[in-house]
Amino acid sequence: MQDQLRDIAVKLFKDGNADIIIGYEAGTLPLRASPCIIRSAEQADRLVWNMNCGSNLAAYLLPVAKANPGKKLGILAKGCDSRSIVGLIKERQIEREQVFVIGVVCSGVVDRRRLDNDLDGAEILEAQYSMLDTGYWMLDVEYRAFGAEHQVSRIQYPVSSIIHSACSTCQHKAPVLYDVLIGEPAVEQASLPVANPYEQVETIGSKSADERWEYFAPEMSKCIRCYACRGACPFCYCNQCFIDQNQPQWFGKTTELSDTMIFHLVRAFHVAGRCVNCGACARACPMGVDLMSLTKKIEKDMNELYGYIAGMEIEELAPFTTFKEDDPQEFIVEPD
Amino acid sequence: MDCPKSQIENQKSKMSKEWEPKIVAFLCNWCSYAGADLAGISRLQYPPNVRIIRVPCSGRLDPFFIIKALQRGADGVLVSGCHPGDCHYISGNYAARRRFAILKRLLEYVGIEPGRVQFTWVSAAEAERFAKIIRKGTADVKALGPAKRLVKEYRSISLLVHWSISPLVNKPID
Repeated sequence: MQDQLRDIAVKLFKDGNADIIIGYEAGTLPLRASPCIIRSAEQADRLVWNMNCGSNLAAYLLPVAKANPGKKLGILAKGCDSRSIVGLIKERQIEREQVFVIGVVCSGVVDRRRLDNDLDGAEILEAQYSMLDTGYWMLDVEYRAFGAEHQVSRIQYPVSSIIHSACSTCQHKAPVLYDVLIGEPAVEQASLPVANPYEQVETIGSKSADERWEYFAPEMSKCIRCYACRGACPFCYCNQCFIDQNQPQWFGKTTELSDTMIFHLVRAFHVAGRCVNCGACARACPMGVDLMSLTKKIEKDMNELYGYIAGMEIEELAPFTTFKEDDPQEFIVEPD
Repeated sequence: MDCPKSQIENQKSKMSKEWEPKIVAFLCNWCSYAGADLAGISRLQYPPNVRIIRVPCSGRLDPFFIIKALQRGADGVLVSGCHPGDCHYISGNYAARRRFAILKRLLEYVGIEPGRVQFTWVSAAEAERFAKIIRKGTADVKALGPAKRLVKEYRSISLLVHWSISPLVNKPID
């Protein structure tokens, strides 16, 4: 698939259908792929496609478009990324004609945190993907264990054990919007078992208010307010984020639980109905805050209440931009 | 005005013994606020815990308002608008209904006790209904106790002290 991607990129440049292509290139550390911008066919060899490609490239679409006015853009899009692009077109941030989408059927990205936890602070020297004869992908890791740095150890993981939770429950592995498609959608859709995407939402939903706070308060306390989550999100493109507003200042930028909890609640609310639950925010977080606990809840509610799934159709109206006269209102208080 | 001094003192001492919730109510100007006004004119009795903020339409409500009220120590937040179909601005209450549905679910999901934040429809003629809603809302919030979860304390005095002694304790490295 990587070779196919590079060929497509070369062709796009040669045919003049793209001046810039946004894709991934190998990162500087193992298990990382960096978003990159290439501007000529000669640079196409930089492009990679593998399970390290965890960023949502749609987050780069608007800044690159703005910095390069009049240029034709190409962008690589996984299933989730393509839904983000649909959302951006729906919000009229970019025109469909401006972007050539190279769709790629995705089988999931790696959850580095899970791997780091399992290896207990080891320094990962190298991590390569290999495919067994059975068709299953494995990850071969070379590392120096914490406390045993003198020797190089090796371990092999089936990728299914280290896939990100957003991907193991993904229902849209194939892109919904594309100009060219790499990969076989039918095969991918049927291949991996899809766990219940809302398992955590249901579990927390069954708890009392006190128990829920007992989960969320320590979880959000981990946050250091670096805003990496905001940076990774394609829909956080406001010129001035609400948290940066200071005339008036709505909410503070301190790491006090009140300010932090409110930042995450309001950010989740602001991307409600737009967020495709790609998990890029959770992957970007340096502290491992469980951000998807909030976004999944809103995704479930949007689907339950308004039958809406983010990013499927450009023409479909976003749930907060429309209404029905008989919208659910079971929460309305009626005095006895 | 007509209250004898002893009655005022009685009220004060009663209130200092028992905690009373502070409730912020956002009322839409055309229906709910008018309904509240009618309740007042009709001398209907309801608990004094609610502080009313008039907005032109329930659709004006930003989730910021509700969350900010909770952060600044409101024990409960009530939002009231026109009945569906009766909005003075045609569809503001429909927009508010959707936003509020998602917000309420989200707040309760993280552990804000159900009953702290309430949404109702009250029309300009429904004075008694308004009074009932306030009575019910106040009772609900009172039963939940003071709000602690999103409250932020503003420790300006201690910050002032911190800033003033900071140069003494944080010397620059030579």
